[in-house]
Amino acid sequence: MSRFLTPLDVSRRHFLSHVAGAAALAGPATTFTNSILANAADLKKRHKAAILLWMGGGPSTMDVWDLKPGAATGGPFKQISTSADGVAISEHMPLMAQQMHHMAIVRSMSTREADHMRGRYYMHTGYVPNPNVEHPGYGSVVAHELADQVPNLEIPPFVAVGGGSVGPGFLGMTWAPFVVNSNGQVRNLDMGLDPSRVAARLEMLSAIESKFIGEKRGGAADDHAKVVDKTVKLMSSDQMKAFKVMEEPEAMQERYGKTGFGRGCLLARRLVEAGVPFVEVDLGGWDNHADIFPTLADRKLPELDKAMSALVSDLADRGILDDTAIIWMGEFSRTPNINGGGGRDHWARSWSVVVGGAGFKRGIAVGETSSDGKEVVTDPYTSQDLMASVLHSLDIPLEKTFTAKNGRPMKIANSGRVITELFS
Amino acid sequence: MIRRLSWLCLASIAAATLVRAPLLQADEPATASAEVEERATRRGRGVEDFGIPHVAFINAQIEAGWEDAGIRPSRPATDGEWCRRVYLDVVGRIPSLDELQAFEKDSSSTKRAELVDRLLSDDYVDEYARHWTDVWTTILIGRDVDNDLVDRPGMRQYLRRAFSKNIPYDRFMEELVTAAGVNRNADGVDDFDGAANFLSGKLDEGGVQAAAKTAQIFLGIQVQCTQCHDHPFNNHKQNQFWEFNAFFRQARALRRFEGSRDVQSVELVDEDFGGERGGNPDEAEIFYERRNGLMKVAYPVFVDGTEISRSGFLPGEFGNGQQFGVNRRAELARLMRESPLLPLAIVNRMWGQLLGYGFTKPVDDLGDHNPPSHPELLEGLAQRFREQSFDLKELIRWIVLSEPYSLSSRFTSANAIDDPSLGETPLFSRFYMRQMQAEQLYESLLTATKADRAGGEEAATMKDRWMSQFIIAFGTDEGDDSTTFNGSIPQVLMMFNGDLTKKAVSVDKGGFLDEVAKDGTSNSAKINALYMAALARKPVSREIKTANAIMIARKGDAVGALQDIWWAVLNSNEFIINH
Repeated sequence: MSRFLTPLDVSRRHFLSHVAGAAALAGPATTFTNSILANAADLKKRHKAAILLWMGGGPSTMDVWDLKPGAATGGPFKQISTSADGVAISEHMPLMAQQMHHMAIVRSMSTREADHMRGRYYMHTGYVPNPNVEHPGYGSVVAHELADQVPNLEIPPFVAVGGGSVGPGFLGMTWAPFVVNSNGQVRNLDMGLDPSRVAARLEMLSAIESKFIGEKRGGAADDHAKVVDKTVKLMSSDQMKAFKVMEEPEAMQERYGKTGFGRGCLLARRLVEAGVPFVEVDLGGWDNHADIFPTLADRKLPELDKAMSALVSDLADRGILDDTAIIWMGEFSRTPNINGGGGRDHWARSWSVVVGGAGFKRGIAVGETSSDGKEVVTDPYTSQDLMASVLHSLDIPLEKTFTAKNGRPMKIANSGRVITELFS
Repeated sequence: MIRRLSWLCLASIAAATLVRAPLLQADEPATASAEVEERATRRGRGVEDFGIPHVAFINAQIEAGWEDAGIRPSRPATDGEWCRRVYLDVVGRIPSLDELQAFEKDSSSTKRAELVDRLLSDDYVDEYARHWTDVWTTILIGRDVDNDLVDRPGMRQYLRRAFSKNIPYDRFMEELVTAAGVNRNADGVDDFDGAANFLSGKLDEGGVQAAAKTAQIFLGIQVQCTQCHDHPFNNHKQNQFWEFNAFFRQARALRRFEGSRDVQSVELVDEDFGGERGGNPDEAEIFYERRNGLMKVAYPVFVDGTEISRSGFLPGEFGNGQQFGVNRRAELARLMRESPLLPLAIVNRMWGQLLGYGFTKPVDDLGDHNPPSHPELLEGLAQRFREQSFDLKELIRWIVLSEPYSLSSRFTSANAIDDPSLGETPLFSRFYMRQMQAEQLYESLLTATKADRAGGEEAATMKDRWMSQFIIAFGTDEGDDSTTFNGSIPQVLMMFNGDLTKKAVSVDKGGFLDEVAKDGTSNSAKINALYMAALARKPVSREIKTANAIMIARKGDAVGALQDIWWAVLNSNEFIINH
C-alpha cells in the first residue's frame, strides 16, 4: 500500500490506460486512436492564446516603429505609410506595413531597467528582480490562467521557441517553458520499449519518488514528480505532431521565411492551433552597440518583417487572430544618441512595443515621444501596464491574486493599469 | 544577529575601515582563547569540530542564528547521505559502491575528517581539479560554446593546472586578470596562456564586459547597469564603472586568423594606451557619456577610491635610468589582492556552492542594498581565509566539516520556517536540497555505471557535446546564457530516453549492470547493490515489493528486470537531487 499518491501514480495509470487501449484494438499502430479522436473534437473549440515575439538584446524601436526623420538622433532610415491610417513605420518593414491594420503600436513605454538580465526579467514579469521571490513570466501566467480552456492538452501549455524566456517563479516547474529549437525538434521522445516494460519502469520510479517526497525535504522532490508526470503524458501524446513544422507545405515555409525566426513563427501558429495557450518565439541579435544601421537594414529587419507579417496575416486568414494576442517587444530599446561606433547603447526611458489580435483595438499608434525620441510626451506606460493590457485582451481577470511561496499576495501583472487606448 | 550592514558601501567607506570594523564587535570570537572556549562548549553539546577552530567558529555562528530565530536544527544526516554529498560537492560525482562501503564500514570517530582529507589529497587530485574546472569554466566564460574569441580547452587547461596545484586564490585571480599570451594551445605556440581566455572575449567596445565581469566575479560588485547611469538602488556611480574600466584599456585581444576568416586564436597583450583623445599618453583618459549627453572624462581609480598613475605607457626606463609608465592590469590585480572584497566574495561564493545558498542572493552581489544573512560569519571566514593564505582547500575543509553541512535535509517541526526557497533568510538548520549540476550528473552516471572513462581533453569534449543540448543563448552582446537542465521536461526526457541513460542500463560486458547480474548473489542482494550504488541506501519495503513484482512479471528475464529497476533508480528525484 502506498501512503502517498504522487502525480506519478496518476501518469502511470494514464500510460497504462493507453496500453489497455492498444490491447483492445488491432495492434500497436492504433494504440492512441481513441484519444486522438476525442482530442481533435475538443481542440476545435475556440480558445484564447498569445504569441510573444521576444527581441533579445533590446531592439532600437526608433528605427522600426517610431521614426524621427530629420532629427539628429533619427538615423538614416525613412518612414513609410502603412495599412493603418496615419501610422508610419520603417522603410525596412514593407511587409508589416501591409498588416498594420491588425496591429497597435504603443510608443510611450518608459521603463527603468537597462541591464539585459534585469530588463528581461522586468519585461517578462512586470516586477523588478527581487532576491527573495521569483515571479512568473508572461508564458507561465497566461498558461496557468488559460489551461482550463484546453483540459485535454497533453503537450506543455507554454512553449518557448529558440530561446529560454523567463521561468515560472513561484508557480512551480510545471509551468516552466518547454524549450525547443525553431525546427520544432524534441529530443529523446521515445524510450523504444514495449509499453508493458515502460509501465514497469514507471511503477518502480513511482515507488522511489513517493518515498522521497514523504520524507519532507522540500518542494524540489515533489516538483520532480510533477514534471515526470507531464513528461509521461507528452511521450504518449499524438498532439506532439504539432511540433513537426518541417512538414508544412513548401509554400507556407517560404511565406514565413526559411530563417530560424520564420520557422519559429510558423511553429507558433501550429502550436496555437493545437491548443497551446502561450508560445514565445525568440529573435536575438538586437544588442547593436556598433554598426547598427547596416545590421538592421541588411539582416535583422528583413528577417523580422517577413516572419512577423506572415504570422499576422496567416492567423487572420485562419480566423484565429481574434482569439490570439501578439506581443512584440525586447527588454528595452536603444539610445537616441548614436555612439562613436555607429551604434546605439541601452535605453529604457522612451520606447515602443507592438501588440495585436485578441481583444486589442487595431490599426492605431498609442502615445508619443519628443521630436528627438528622448522623452515620452504623453502618459508613459510600464511593463505592468502592458501585461495588464495583454491579459485583458485575453479576458483574463485582473482581480486575480497569486500567493507566492512565502505567503505574500502577488497581484497578477503587479497591479498594472490597462492601457485604455488599446481597447475601443 | 541578522542586521543590516552598510559596510560594503564602496563609495563612502575606505578599505581600511572595512577590515577593522568586524574586530570591534564584541560578539565576535576573534581571539584564539575565545575560540577554544567556544569549542569546549560545543563539544559539551556533542557537536564535532574535529579540533579545527575554523569549524568551531562556523558552528558557533550558525547556532547563534538558530537561537535568535528560536529554531532547532534537523538531525544529522546518515553516513550514506553525508558521504554522497561530500563526494558530489568536493570531487563532482557520487561515491562508487566501493568507496561508499569502505566509508560505512569504518568505525573511527574521525572518519569524516579523514574522508575529507583524502578527497583533498593527491589521491583525488585529478577529479578535484576536474570538478572545480567545470565550476569555474562556467563562472569565467559561461556555457556557450560558440565564441571564437574564447578557447574552452585552453581555459580548462589553465584551470586544471591551477586546481591541481591548489594555487592560492589571490594568485589565481591575479593570473586571470593579468594574463598575457595566446589563448589556444597548438603546435608551434610558445607563449600559450590559457588564463587569457577569461578576458579574451570581453575586450570589445572598450572592455565593458571585462570590467563588469571582473568586478562581479572577484569583488561581488554588480556594475553592469552603471555603464550607462548611476545605479538607482545603491551607491554605485557611473563614473566608478568607467574608472574601473580604465584599468583594462592597455589590454588588446589580437586575433590570429587561419585561412581567410576564421579566428584561429587570440593573443592577449598589453600595449601603450594613448588615451581616447590621443593627445597626451601621460594623462591617458577615457570618455563616457552621462544620461544628459555630457561627456565626462575618467582615469583608473579602484573601487575604494585608490588612484593609480594616469600614464597610458607600459613600464619602461629612460636612458638616464628613470622609470616611467605603469601596467594598469597589474596594478588592478595588486589592488584587488589587498581589497577586503576579494576574500568576502569568494567565501560567499564557496559557501553558496557547498550549502546551496550563499549569505547573499545572488552570491556575486555584495552591495549594501543586499545585506548578508550572517555578516559576522562572512567577515570572520573572509578574514581567516586571508590569514590562511587564500587556500581554497582549507576553506572547503572548514565548510564541509561544519555542523550545518552535516545535517539532514529533512524538515522537522522545530525548523519548518527555515525554507529559503520560499524567500526566507537561510538559517542553515538543515541541508538545503538542490539538483545536481549537469556536469555532476554526467560524472555521477559514469561512476554509477562504471562506464569507460576516456581521459583528458577528449573526455571534456564528449561532455561538452552532451552539455550543449541544454544551452540556451539569450541573443545579447554579453553572451549570457541559461540552461534547460533545470528540472523541466527536456531534462526529464533526456534522463528517460537519452543515450547516456540507454548506455547506463545496457548490459554490455564489463559494465556495472553486467557485473551485478553475474555476481552470483541473490536477487535481493542485487537490488541492494543497485540502490547503494545510486542512492547510498538500501531499498525500503514498498520498493522491495515493487521490485519483486517486476522480477516475477519478467519471469526468467532477471537481467531485464534489473534493467528496469536500475532505470527507475537513476531517474528518481532522490538520485538527481543532492540531499
